[in-house]
Amino acid sequence: MNAIAMKRRSGRVSSSDRRFDIIITAIVTIYVLTILYPLIYVLSSSFSSGTAVTEGKVLLWPVDFSLEGYKMVFNYKAVWTGYANTLFYTVGRTIILEAQIILVAYVLSRKTFQGRKFFTWICVFSMWFSGGLIPSYILISGLGLNNSRWGYLIMGSMNVTYMIIMRTYFQTAIPGELLESAKIDGVTDVQYLFKIALPLAKPVLSVITLYLIVAEWNNYMGPMIYLRPTELHPLQLILRRILEASQMDMTMVSDAEMANQAAQMGDVLKYGVIVVSTVPMLCLFPFVQKFFNKGLMMGALKG
Amino acid sequence: MTAAKRNKTPSNALIPQKGFARFKKNFLRDRQLYLLIIIGIAPFILFHYGPMYGVQIAFRNYRIADGITGSEWVGWKWFEEFLTDPNFKRIFLNTLIISLYSLVTFPLPIIMALFFNAMRKQRYKGVAQTISYMPHFISMTVFVGILNLILSPTSGIYGNLFRLFGGNGYPADFRTLAGSFRHLYIWSGVWQGMGWQTILYTSALSSVSSELHEAACLDGASRFKRIIHVDLPAIMPTIAIMLILRMGGLISVGFEKAYLMQSPLNLSTSELISTYVYKRGLSDFRRFSYGTAVSLFNTAINITLMLITNYTSKKVTENEISVI
Repeated sequence: MNAIAMKRRSGRVSSSDRRFDIIITAIVTIYVLTILYPLIYVLSSSFSSGTAVTEGKVLLWPVDFSLEGYKMVFNYKAVWTGYANTLFYTVGRTIILEAQIILVAYVLSRKTFQGRKFFTWICVFSMWFSGGLIPSYILISGLGLNNSRWGYLIMGSMNVTYMIIMRTYFQTAIPGELLESAKIDGVTDVQYLFKIALPLAKPVLSVITLYLIVAEWNNYMGPMIYLRPTELHPLQLILRRILEASQMDMTMVSDAEMANQAAQMGDVLKYGVIVVSTVPMLCLFPFVQKFFNKGLMMGALKG
Repeated sequence: MTAAKRNKTPSNALIPQKGFARFKKNFLRDRQLYLLIIIGIAPFILFHYGPMYGVQIAFRNYRIADGITGSEWVGWKWFEEFLTDPNFKRIFLNTLIISLYSLVTFPLPIIMALFFNAMRKQRYKGVAQTISYMPHFISMTVFVGILNLILSPTSGIYGNLFRLFGGNGYPADFRTLAGSFRHLYIWSGVWQGMGWQTILYTSALSSVSSELHEAACLDGASRFKRIIHVDLPAIMPTIAIMLILRMGGLISVGFEKAYLMQSPLNLSTSELISTYVYKRGLSDFRRFSYGTAVSLFNTAINITLMLITNYTSKKVTENEISVI
């Protein structure tokens, strides 16, 4: 009641609304700082000296600025084979999965397509039921696809949610008249996809590409199960080994001084590899962000 | 050329054709589309439906030498073994508690999205949103690594702040306490996922018409009241669908994070059905049939929960909101 009276008296912005503004800004600021602080801490630690990190001197900014962490990372050969493997898997699998998504989404977006219901059902049913980890493993090792780079590229199947997002985009964002007039001009279904539909679907394509790249880059479980030999390991598996190993060293080594030394090396190295492996993904996002507004995400729900 | 010709004879479409003849005609018309979808969907069918055939090993004693169909039937043996396993109750409860606990955090992204939406300064809002998406791009391996480093009592933020605010020596090590696993799991998940989850709600909010807000303003509604009475009802359908989807996955807690956060010390709370399936069925013991049976049990519960929520939602909203 009071608020309403105040509002009438003071014109557009009442004091309760102003208070509300301040509260919201404060909450959002606290939230943003909670997100940023650990990230800045990791970055600062990676630029600090090993001793400063181990002794717990880093609070916000780098202490005893040094690049020894990065030197260690650069000398760590496994990191670079991991990087190369990850690049190979990410690029290859993104292209293959994206092609599947585009083909299925395009055909299912055609309202007159006769098999539409049947194929949609095939896709949607899979969201509720899947064979699970072990039958997949039996199938894939039965096909001889495990423990091989090329095998890893082609295993796996498109994400149905992304497919539905793209299908909805094809349906809603590209006017149906375009198809009709193209048909009259004698454009075939395949030509229509590559010459008209795809160029118009750039926003949704870039967003889905981003999703696929991030998922592949960060995938841990797939390579862990299907790529046993060390030389095939992507970055994530090698990271895990580094992040876990020196933690083990600390407890395993009985001599206190040795343990301390191992830990000193370990921690800076850890911060270094974290930064080196994560920065590419964080840099990717701003490029796609402009496509990220409007009901793009809603596509999956409306479908 | 042929496509144009076919389009010029629409009268054909008016004559009702019988089943197969019509199928054949449409098939010829759509032949390129059929070709495209078959290329696209073949890997999906192979890698998604192929394993479904293998699910039968849950009822067999699978041995690699005998193959899937060659192994002998054992009926419900593996299910009985799992249900009578002394660890069953603990693993099942761990999974259930973690998922119910994470359900508690379900409203957080909604609240955050409402706050983002209510912000006046558009530039700050954009910056804040972008920052809030960042943790989503960090891999689980790195994320758990950061968590372990930060929570280190000797050299992490946690230990450093403890000493900064006058603590002596080293605080207790959360990472190894079984009792803190769930809290760490859930709240670190909020840190990582909340910003990203707001996207769906912010885009739903962006479609709320400004006329509604103006009308509410004229009626003297404060900004807070407008959030409650205008924004919130507008995104209710989105919330409902997200909730149904969430309920369907209630017993399927993600494998990666729990697996990466596990240590021998916290296993009493961190062993979940998914990690158990992996360890027993694939990595350590390679008991393929047993592992498949356990995960089938898990899937059965999930589907049941999904159907119940979906049915309830259909009843409550009079068929307006349902996933299936």
